[in-house]
Amino acid sequence: MSKITKRNEFYLALVILALVLLLTFTTDQFMTLGNLLELFTSYSFLGIMSAGMLVVLISGGIDLSFTATATISQYIMSTVIIEHGGNLFLAFLIGAVIGVALGCVNGLLIHFIKKHPLIITIATLNIYKGLLMYFTKGKWIYNFPLWFSKPHDIFIFENSQGDIFPISLSLFLFFILFIILAFILQYTKIGRKVYALGGNREAARRMGFNIFGLTLFVYGFMGLLAGIGSVSHALIVQTVAPNAIIGKELDVIAAVVLGGASLQGGSGTVLGTFLGVALVAIISNAVILMGIPSYWYEILLGTIIVISVSITAYNNKKNMQREAEIDVA
Amino acid sequence: MEDSPSYALKLKNINKHYGGVHALKAVDFDVQTGEIHCLVGENGSGKSTLIKIISGAESPDHASEIFIKGKQYRALSPIISVEAGIQVIYQDLSLFPNLSVFENIAISEYGEKRASLVNRRRMREKAQQAMNKINVKLNPDKLVRELSIADKQVVAITRAIATNAQVIIMDEPTASLSKHEIDELLKLIINLQKKGFTIVFVSHKLDEIMSISQRVTVLRDGDKIGTYQAQELDERKIEMLMTGREFDLNQSTDKKITQKTVIEVRQLSKRKNYKDISFRVNEGEILGITGLIGSGRTEVALSLFGMNKPDSGEILLEGKAVQFKTNYQAIQAGISYVPEDRLSEGLILPQPISTNIIVPILDRMVNKMRIFIKEDVKTVVDNWVKDIGIKTKNPENAVKTLSGGNQQKVVLAKWLATKPKLLILDNPTVGVDIAAKNSIYEIIRQLAKEKLAIILISDEVPEVYRNCDRILIMHRGRIKEEVKASEISEKVLNEKVIGGVVSV
Amino acid sequence: MSHKKTNLLKSVYERYPNLSLLWGLFALTLVMFSISLPGKFFTLSNFSSIAFQLPEMGILTLAMAITMLSGGINLSIIATANLSGIVMATIMTQLTEGPQGWIIALAIGAGLGASVIVGLVNGIIVAFIGVSPILATLGTMTLVNGISILTTKGYVISGLPEEMQFFGNEAVLGIPVPFIIFILLAIAIGFWLKKMPSGMSNYLIGSNETATRYSGVNTKSVLLKTYMLSGLLSGIAAIIMISRFNSARAGYAESYLLITVLASVFGGVDPNGGFGKVGGLVLSLFILQMVSSGLNLLGVSSFLAVTLWGVLLIGIMIVQKYQKRQVA
Repeated sequence: MSKITKRNEFYLALVILALVLLLTFTTDQFMTLGNLLELFTSYSFLGIMSAGMLVVLISGGIDLSFTATATISQYIMSTVIIEHGGNLFLAFLIGAVIGVALGCVNGLLIHFIKKHPLIITIATLNIYKGLLMYFTKGKWIYNFPLWFSKPHDIFIFENSQGDIFPISLSLFLFFILFIILAFILQYTKIGRKVYALGGNREAARRMGFNIFGLTLFVYGFMGLLAGIGSVSHALIVQTVAPNAIIGKELDVIAAVVLGGASLQGGSGTVLGTFLGVALVAIISNAVILMGIPSYWYEILLGTIIVISVSITAYNNKKNMQREAEIDVA
Repeated sequence: MEDSPSYALKLKNINKHYGGVHALKAVDFDVQTGEIHCLVGENGSGKSTLIKIISGAESPDHASEIFIKGKQYRALSPIISVEAGIQVIYQDLSLFPNLSVFENIAISEYGEKRASLVNRRRMREKAQQAMNKINVKLNPDKLVRELSIADKQVVAITRAIATNAQVIIMDEPTASLSKHEIDELLKLIINLQKKGFTIVFVSHKLDEIMSISQRVTVLRDGDKIGTYQAQELDERKIEMLMTGREFDLNQSTDKKITQKTVIEVRQLSKRKNYKDISFRVNEGEILGITGLIGSGRTEVALSLFGMNKPDSGEILLEGKAVQFKTNYQAIQAGISYVPEDRLSEGLILPQPISTNIIVPILDRMVNKMRIFIKEDVKTVVDNWVKDIGIKTKNPENAVKTLSGGNQQKVVLAKWLATKPKLLILDNPTVGVDIAAKNSIYEIIRQLAKEKLAIILISDEVPEVYRNCDRILIMHRGRIKEEVKASEISEKVLNEKVIGGVVSV
Repeated sequence: MSHKKTNLLKSVYERYPNLSLLWGLFALTLVMFSISLPGKFFTLSNFSSIAFQLPEMGILTLAMAITMLSGGINLSIIATANLSGIVMATIMTQLTEGPQGWIIALAIGAGLGASVIVGLVNGIIVAFIGVSPILATLGTMTLVNGISILTTKGYVISGLPEEMQFFGNEAVLGIPVPFIIFILLAIAIGFWLKKMPSGMSNYLIGSNETATRYSGVNTKSVLLKTYMLSGLLSGIAAIIMISRFNSARAGYAESYLLITVLASVFGGVDPNGGFGKVGGLVLSLFILQMVSSGLNLLGVSSFLAVTLWGVLLIGIMIVQKYQKRQVA
């Protein structure tokens, strides 16, 4: 029990539970399957990005360029399927390939320049963004082929009243990718090596782990999820715009940090990240459902971030003090 | 080319050049199976280079010969070296704080390419077997972050065992351990030897070397001075072999302690830190405080320095009661504190020597508009660089470009520049060469002659014994005993300090 | 004679490798654009337009850089500038009676006050609670943005008094006012960093906070000052911003945020803190602005300028890596 209460996820879950109870009793719409499905579908993009960011943060890195990667993937994917046709599989494949490629460019630069990934990815963000704007001239894309714009539901179920609840492909991807990531991080050697790398980089090098390979994996994986997520995003909103995703870098990092990942590397869990995303989603939903003017959303989110990071820092400080105590004779 | 198999490791004619530097000069080095062998030398003597060659991290020059268990190698690579049963445990231990004990011990599983999935059950068994092999018990599921330094050391050793190492090389394993923890470690090493492991111990702390090793190899400036049976050596002889010089190891005499009390502490107490601490230090006196790590020495010192507010009791500086809210106030009042950890607390390594010297007195280097007076800064810096003998071409160079001994001189210069009445030194010679150590002692004695009151906190009994007039032995937050250095022998003092552990 | 000269150049380069590099790049950019754009680039009107465009980002870069020197970062500078601008604009548009000059002074004072308060909050969270600056300012960025959106309900506040044009769009003796403000601020910050105890301490904290604290420097108070100063600079940038936009709104200039980090590092600020000079920052800003205006004059899409900025940053980091190896 004491172990559970020490974990960050526990407190996060408590906060979410409190919010859920509040919303369940004060509004009729919150605790309905329809609302929840819709809510998590609209946050599936943030969720998928967060999964990629989690891996980067665990490894001790950071990536600010993934939004540009995602947007470039969207544009290339859309252009190809509009001009040459194709199918969903091809759309996701294009997104994934572009994402991995741009992610690996980050990995390459970070490994060989050996400067802080924050700075490198700010540079690549601008490079990608400039190229994107140059080639697309900032044009929006919305004339998707019919097969792309029809609803993509994995399955649909009906309740006794005959209401229909679809599980969209985007929502399905969100959940399935989280499960896959949890598996990778817990049960594969490469997942554990990512933790090891974030925990002690020098030791990982001495152990003979392939640091370059791991760096490529981490940033390539971030790119992969940015690519897949961007196609899923296009499926939901049915438009591709240059500024729809770019600029949201810090929102994603905020969600993952709320979920307990540390910017120092080495820590963070899939469950925590899921809860972090869920918290952000529920707050936005709460604001709408409780009829609070939507301007309050950012204030609430900002306050929660400030309080959460402050409590973490304060606890760390207290722990350090406690460790220094002497058992006076 | 035959070689006796009773040697676990034999190196012949090892040369290594780095650019123009001849780091190792035709060194022969051998380790017998099952022995504890010490490799000693000052910083820069070539011992790290030799270890790097054995671990395969560096290749020796042409015509060097390496034999492991009788098999000859031209050069090693990290993989060859590990496969041949050699494991190096570096000073920082190279553990993963965010992973569990068993994952750390069996971490080499992750490097193997056979399968891509983790087999936790097998890793756990492997870790348990390794722990059983050397009779240690640790909770396999605990995160390494939550362990004490000594237990981390145990994990690192167990990890070496788990990779089937037969020769374990430990680089400065005792550097960050307390006396008690060192004793525990030495016991573990002797135990390893009994189980048939061969141990190479790299160190520059001398007393621990003597207690457990069979043979000692001394390096100096890239030359091998010789390999000796441990019984033939005493501390003094090793010092001489390492440095090529003899040092005065006698107690300091010709002191001029005056009757004027600089600092007096009465009944100082702080919860979970220390209790009922009372002492006084006069002008020209060196007071030693020793005791094990965790005895509260540093906490008391920090209280005098305004960085650890006491709960009760009095501090009198030259007869007047003082209460410092910050260390800035303590510095202004004339108290200086040289922290134990030079690299993280004592110096700002990347910044210039000049800046480091003036940090504590930035406020005294400005005019009324709080703007630096360039000439004042230059005068202070130049004077101190000269006075204390910091070897540098340009005081604008970063401190990190200096050797350990010169870095410690910068620390002393910086604190003396504050013109203190009381200088507190917390383990001032940790990680410093013997030669530099002695020059620091000389500076300290000289300062006492110039009527500075000095408190010298140290782990090393010989250090306080040789330099101090009176010595306080602290144990679990209290002063256990006060002794006069002139009325006691070093051996008795040592027993009193260690005795603290037994009498718990 | 010429031998002596190369020796001098060499010793200057060895002493100031980064500044020399930036001066070289500066000269190269200037010459290349001047040749490829005869009669267009090397003209008074082009430099005047650069001098109008540079200060906004320049002041924000100063705001970012001083926190980076202390080993931190301030992600809330844009949000702070917008809040500050909104406070100023609100007072200017609401108070219609009374002497115009006083109203503007009051509005600017209140706006700057707001920006310093945000800086104070950042400073408290970073220095006293001990939150890592990136997370602390990520939180306050979101919070301050929220406050801005709440107070404006997301609308633009326009209709600022005519006199406000002075700060963003007018010139004194042919020198654009915003540029004068920027240069004065750059000199002041450079002076503070080099010649005053708290400025020097700001560098030292960036290299090793613990050792600086053990040396008797009140590191918390220095950090507090740094973040307040960073807030104040954001507020001053806001004066120029609302003058040039002739309005205030939540969400202006958001794309500048990461650009200020880019410009800082390009100008020689060590991302880990402790090193970097204001001179380097000014050069960096000039180079980036010249690239942007030169490409614009060449008729190349201005978007490529952003790409080129990123490439320049990567390039300079590679050169720095090579320099380091040479030294070692």
